[in-house]
Amino acid sequence: MLKLFKNFTIKEWLIVIMCVLLTCVNVSLELRIPDYMSDITRLIQSTGEDVTNEILIQGLYMILCAFGSLISAIIIGYASARLSSSFSLNLREKIFNKVESFGDSEVKKFSTASLITRTTNDVTQIEMLIAMGLHMILRSPIMAIWAISKIIGKSIEWSMLTAGCVVLLLSVVITLMMIVLPRFKLIQKLIDKVNGVTRENLTGIRVIRAFNAEEFQSNRFETVNEQLTGIQMFNQRLFAIMGPMMNLVMHSLVFGIYIIGAYLIYNSTMADKITLFSNMVVFTSYGMQVIMSFLMLAFIFMMAPRSQISANRINEVLDEEILIKEGKFGGSTDQKGTVEFRNVSFKYPDADEYILEDISFTANKGETIAFIGSTGSGKSTLINLIPRFYDATKGEILVDGINVKDYKFETLNNKLGYVPQKAVMFTGTVEENVKYGTSSRKIAIDDIKEAIKVAQAKDFVEKMEDKYHSHIARGGTNLSGGQKQRLSIARAIARKPEIYIFDDTFSALDYKTDSILRNELKKYTKNSTNLIVAQRIGTIMNADKIIVLDEGKCVGIGTHKELLKKCKVYKEIALSQLSEEELKNA
Amino acid sequence: MPRPGRNQVAEKPKNFFGSLKKLFNSLSTWKNLIIFSLLLAVISAIFSIIAPKMLSKLTDEITLGIKPDTELLTEINNQIKENNMQKDIVINDVTITINDQIEYVKLLSSMNVNDQDAMLKTFDKLPSSIYSLVKPKMNIDNIRNIAIVLAILYLLGSIFNYIEGYNMATVSNNFARTLRTNISYKINRLPLKFFDNHETGDILSRITNDIDTIHMNLNQSLANLIANLTLFLGSMVMMFVTNWIMAIVAILSSLFGFIFMFIILSKSQKYFEQKQKILGELNGYIEEMYSGHTIVRTYNGINNAQKEFDRLNKGLYKSNMMSQFLSGLMGPFMGFIGNFGYVCVCIAGAILVFNGHTTFGTIVAFMVYIRLFTNPLSQIAQSMTSMQSTAAASERVFEFLDEEEMESETHITKHLDKSKVKGEIVFDHVKFGYDPDKTIIKDFSVKVKPGQKVAIVGPTGAGKTTLVNLLMKFYDINSGNITIDGVSTKELTRENIHDLFCMVLQDTWLFEGSIRDNIKFNRTDLSDEEIMNACKVVGVSHFINALPNKLDFELKDSESISSGQKQLFTIARGMLEDAPFLILDEATSNVDTRTEELVQKAMDKLTVGRTSFIIAHRLSTIKNADLILVMKDGNIIETGNHKELMKKNGFYADLYNSQFEKTI
Repeated sequence: MLKLFKNFTIKEWLIVIMCVLLTCVNVSLELRIPDYMSDITRLIQSTGEDVTNEILIQGLYMILCAFGSLISAIIIGYASARLSSSFSLNLREKIFNKVESFGDSEVKKFSTASLITRTTNDVTQIEMLIAMGLHMILRSPIMAIWAISKIIGKSIEWSMLTAGCVVLLLSVVITLMMIVLPRFKLIQKLIDKVNGVTRENLTGIRVIRAFNAEEFQSNRFETVNEQLTGIQMFNQRLFAIMGPMMNLVMHSLVFGIYIIGAYLIYNSTMADKITLFSNMVVFTSYGMQVIMSFLMLAFIFMMAPRSQISANRINEVLDEEILIKEGKFGGSTDQKGTVEFRNVSFKYPDADEYILEDISFTANKGETIAFIGSTGSGKSTLINLIPRFYDATKGEILVDGINVKDYKFETLNNKLGYVPQKAVMFTGTVEENVKYGTSSRKIAIDDIKEAIKVAQAKDFVEKMEDKYHSHIARGGTNLSGGQKQRLSIARAIARKPEIYIFDDTFSALDYKTDSILRNELKKYTKNSTNLIVAQRIGTIMNADKIIVLDEGKCVGIGTHKELLKKCKVYKEIALSQLSEEELKNA
Repeated sequence: MPRPGRNQVAEKPKNFFGSLKKLFNSLSTWKNLIIFSLLLAVISAIFSIIAPKMLSKLTDEITLGIKPDTELLTEINNQIKENNMQKDIVINDVTITINDQIEYVKLLSSMNVNDQDAMLKTFDKLPSSIYSLVKPKMNIDNIRNIAIVLAILYLLGSIFNYIEGYNMATVSNNFARTLRTNISYKINRLPLKFFDNHETGDILSRITNDIDTIHMNLNQSLANLIANLTLFLGSMVMMFVTNWIMAIVAILSSLFGFIFMFIILSKSQKYFEQKQKILGELNGYIEEMYSGHTIVRTYNGINNAQKEFDRLNKGLYKSNMMSQFLSGLMGPFMGFIGNFGYVCVCIAGAILVFNGHTTFGTIVAFMVYIRLFTNPLSQIAQSMTSMQSTAAASERVFEFLDEEEMESETHITKHLDKSKVKGEIVFDHVKFGYDPDKTIIKDFSVKVKPGQKVAIVGPTGAGKTTLVNLLMKFYDINSGNITIDGVSTKELTRENIHDLFCMVLQDTWLFEGSIRDNIKFNRTDLSDEEIMNACKVVGVSHFINALPNKLDFELKDSESISSGQKQLFTIARGMLEDAPFLILDEATSNVDTRTEELVQKAMDKLTVGRTSFIIAHRLSTIKNADLILVMKDGNIIETGNHKELMKKNGFYADLYNSQFEKTI
């Protein structure tokens, strides 16, 4: 937590100091009020000519004090609201920028969902602590000390009583919290479970009904429901003690002070009686303040660990060392459109086993290179090394003759047109989605239209209500999978890159669209290099070079015909999709 | 997903009272307990109004103990004057000797009448006989009695409060559980059509957030509202009963503060709404950028992303700050109003006491009443907001619970026995549309003979899955008829039909639990051996055996399991269902082709003797089907087996050949 506060600027620290000073003013003013109260009480008791006048004057002072404390509280409120808001503003920005610079391994390490909560909920959590903290953390101890100092000498009996009440209340509150807090975490987990089972019931509704398993699922839900209710009920029943208990203790304090007061007054000399009486009135309000301050402190101590967890989670993100470092090369290259792998091996940072081993090949300008292999053979991983989602563990990868690690990110990215397996759509229009990002050249509307046409998306885009300006919902939920995929391909085409990377892009399309699209694409990108990861033999059988991967190793390089003859794995794959006869005819 | 903060922005229900009425109606099971609890809350609130009255009596008794008895003092003075200190005087059975009288007069003459302190000090030196007469008389018995009553009031009030809290926790938790159960059962009774039009997230938010809101507010706000209303009205009544002039002073002095407070509250509401909106946008943007991270990076979109993020973030800053600031004002303002009222009451009280219209105890009582009076108002305002969000939440929950359910099937008497079904299925001029005005299946007729392997192919949106949905009676057909062994599906229960089919779907649906639980599903009588056999057939037994706890391996969001393996588990689950019909809806789409071939072979063994329907993306999967239905736009455009269709050189042949087309 403290680490995060290091992000405060000098100005912000000045505001904190100002808040401390103002809190002192605020507390001192507020604690002057009981003094005036006791003065007024004494005045009411006494007889004299100008009593009413004097009460008026004292009352005016008291209101002035109250007003002063109000003003100081408003200023503190404003300052702490500003401070916490600007703190969260900066912190959120810092985390966002950090995450944007992450590579794939960092994102995977945290998981996207967790990164999102770290940027949103965790920041809010800390923001709340600062907002409340400036109010309470500063105020409670100052208040407690000040109030205690006011009453400390006045009466042993009353002080003992107040101390007793504080101890009693704190021990009750702390015990309750100790029992309840761990269960709160459990409740959160159970709520997630209730959510989870319901989500299962909804997503699997066809399966559940097909199996007549409605009852089975309902029982699973009931189990979690029962658990959640049980533990929540326990917590809330226990918690119900808190309010009445606090009331009882505070009332007992006032009451106790009066009773003790009665006996003290009874046994005192005439001279002390009135002083004792006004002290008694003052004590009731100070005693209350002391108890309240300690309660506040207790709550802060309960809250702090939660924020501490959030702070730790944020620090983990901010401290994460980014493995992929940007290079310096930003000029133009002599070669265009070549990709070369030189003995590349790869394993995940913490893993023992290599996912890719000793891969070497060259792709020249205008060539189409295809990668095929069963699931887990490493073909996607291989292709992801080019845009540097990861860096090769051994060997080197050259794009246009220069190691990918030496490029500036922007320069390298401008050469590439990467299309992932799962299309990514952003909220916005079709046009915005296709011209997304920045490339070496400006993308005009004609480029966008052409790209959409090549990607076989023209038909459905023009059927949409606002054509190229049609809105795409968050996550592209208003498009079908195939439509998203085609727009995602158009996005790459619009950049006119030297090298296309298609990571299993075409599997989501039906055969027909797939083949037309690839035909058009080939015509359009005659001078570009195509790297294609595919599952279908049909997609890749015309490639200039096919690289067959099996368990991370390259088991064959060549054309379709060559591989059918010499590569066993390739033949197996081919035969699982087409008959011998069909293979011959193709 | 971030949960919206409670009590910040109260959503407005469409029909406030209607929804609350519905809510209370459904609470009728716990009616007595609730009324009892609310009664306790009222009683304990009344106690806390009576208590200050007692406290003021206590104060009055104590004040009696401060002042010397001036009446007796005057009488002593008079008698001394009368007797001229010649003989002992007896007042109230106390004898004042002559010596005492002399000492007393001496003391009096040396006393400074203007200095109260000195006067009181002199009093302490009075001869004991006189002192005992004039000393302040505190009635310890009275004090003790009041103390006992007060103690009982406080204690009972707290106990009542606790019982109320305990009961409300019981009621609200049981109610929440019942609501959750009802929603869960409701899901089972809704037609699939409903889920096409409603997002999962929306239903989920009803079962968690909305029920949570109802639960929390029922637990806290309801009793709070009642108690505070009692406090507010009660303290007002008590103030007027005690002293109407001071009551008016107290009410007027707090009134202006409240008006100011409500202005602030309504202002801050605007900022809260704004904040919530921008926060939603910002969180959405963050989610979008993080999940599209690879594209953001490779398309050099980082700078733009940061710019847009900054814009949203800065927008949040202002509304965030203002809403926080304004809502933070509440506390200090309440404090000020309390103090201001206090002073007003004191001054007014002082004037009244001075004129002899009231006692000091009244002022003390009013000091408490003014707090009792100011606190509930803000609490009532808060409770009202939460009642509003409760109404909105229960509106959504009941809206869901009131959704139209699937047609009842109690009137159905026909039943097809699983073991006796031959396996003939006939579609007879079937028409269907998810929307009544948009027909998807236009006029579909086909006869499937027992034991046939039927494949359905066609482009996306041709209605392949819809056909299966109709066969399973997930949806009711608009017109036409579907018969199984000559019996119309309209005359069979859904449960009966589902029992006849074994179905494997494209989406790999697995729940949180062990592999065993997932494959077993609701068929609790399956043995491990049978499960492992099915796994062997689909080729995952090897994989399962390599896992640390084999069949007990927990499937969560486990990354160690690929989508292909997940699909194999669902196939194994389907295979264990012994039914006369088999439906495979893109069941092997996530498996690589070599594995698919293995599974396919196993399947072929399974489908022997069973009538099976296969929908497949990859045409290689279905080449050996007895009957291929080629669908386009909801109609069958070609039928026949692979060879026949290829010869026809129509749509199917075109589709098939496109996978070998040469790219230039």
